[in-house]
Amino acid sequence: MSAAVASSSLLPELIQHFSHIITVFLMVSGLYIVIARGNLIKKLVGLSVFQTSVYLLYIAPGKIIGGTAPILASQYGVYSNPLPHVLILTAIVVGVATLALGLTLAVRLREAYGTIEEDEILALDQQAELEE
Amino acid sequence: MKHDIVLRVVGKLLIPFILLFALYVQFHGDFGPGGGFQAGVIFAAGIVFHALIFGLDHTRTLVPDRLVETMMAAGVLLYAGVGVAGLLLGGNYLDYFVLDQDRIHGQHRGIFWVEVGVAITVCGVMLKIFYMFASRDRDRDRDRDRDRDGEGM
Amino acid sequence: MAIAVVAMIRLRNLFAVVVLSGIYSFLMATLLVALDAVDVAMTEAAVGAGVSTVLLLGALHLCRSEEAKPAHRPWLPLAVSASTAGLLIYGALGLPDFSDPEAPIHQHVAPRYLQNEVDVPNVVTAVLASFRGYDTLGETTVVFTAGAGIVALLRRRRKGGGQEPPKP
Repeated sequence: MSAAVASSSLLPELIQHFSHIITVFLMVSGLYIVIARGNLIKKLVGLSVFQTSVYLLYIAPGKIIGGTAPILASQYGVYSNPLPHVLILTAIVVGVATLALGLTLAVRLREAYGTIEEDEILALDQQAELEE
Repeated sequence: MKHDIVLRVVGKLLIPFILLFALYVQFHGDFGPGGGFQAGVIFAAGIVFHALIFGLDHTRTLVPDRLVETMMAAGVLLYAGVGVAGLLLGGNYLDYFVLDQDRIHGQHRGIFWVEVGVAITVCGVMLKIFYMFASRDRDRDRDRDRDRDGEGM
Repeated sequence: MAIAVVAMIRLRNLFAVVVLSGIYSFLMATLLVALDAVDVAMTEAAVGAGVSTVLLLGALHLCRSEEAKPAHRPWLPLAVSASTAGLLIYGALGLPDFSDPEAPIHQHVAPRYLQNEVDVPNVVTAVLASFRGYDTLGETTVVFTAGAGIVALLRRRRKGGGQEPPKP
């Protein structure tokens, strides 16, 4: 009985926060890819998924239902909040620059070790240490 | 991909419009969605498209490496230069109000040049990264004479 | 979008993963349009779906396009992720409701930005270049630095033979 009451008050609460729930889902799946997969390129894709979830986290609270995009015109009165848009705009471009830097490192690693799997690289390192 | 006539013709038709659209996004950024970042990326994407269709060497003669590297630095310097210009004209660093007699007009001028600087840097960096990856690719192909990976893509 | 992400986790063929991440970026851009962030959506479509897909494909061409089987059991990362998700959702319940005009984010500096002191209709551009000019300057510098780092890492050495490091 009490469980039913709790769920009936929790459900509208969850609906009010659905944007956050989507964000959390994306964030956690990005995190999972980064932790669980050994392939460096896959890890970078996971990182960019994580990053897009942060975009969503910033943009979603700025929206007002019934408002329009923050481009001023005389026929509208309500606008979304422009500040998160600016922050995320810069974040996207910095994000692609860092993604490219990470890919570059992966390519160099591949040239040095012949693989981009994390555990194989570690094994090769250990082998080299033992031989010394 | 170089010998596909459909791609070549469609690419030739589309690329000028992509570049034009980038310029529109750049200069219309005050009134509609758009601005330096988007314009730089779209411009770079147009040139990358050209490289994919007509081959990297062809594109490199059109947009040489030196130009791209200069663009990377020139954009940042232009941005910082706008700040210094404000300083020289008696305002604070990056203070656009002093760039013109009319305060509002000074703002417009500052925003314009800053956006141009951003676009140049972003476009230069994107192109440089692409060139780096693509030329690496070709070197390796030459080294190993098209081994198993070469035909996979 | 969730489907695309789950598929991305499962698939081991990296080529498919990269194409899926392009699709994911487009979906994200659509969502951003729905959230009234047109500037951001435009950037995401151009950057996420365009440039980073090309870069990932380029890197993929240089590396092997098949992922090895994961060596460990997936339970530990899964548990870590799930507990993080639980904590975050619990925390999110304390945040303001979606689209609440009284939320602190709409009360702070945003009204001043929207008054449009600089007479540029697109407020995002105005804030980006004018109010937060320092941020954007620093950010442009970051992009430049990343580009310089990539040049430093990938440039072929012209002098001294230009040999690649020997393969182990």
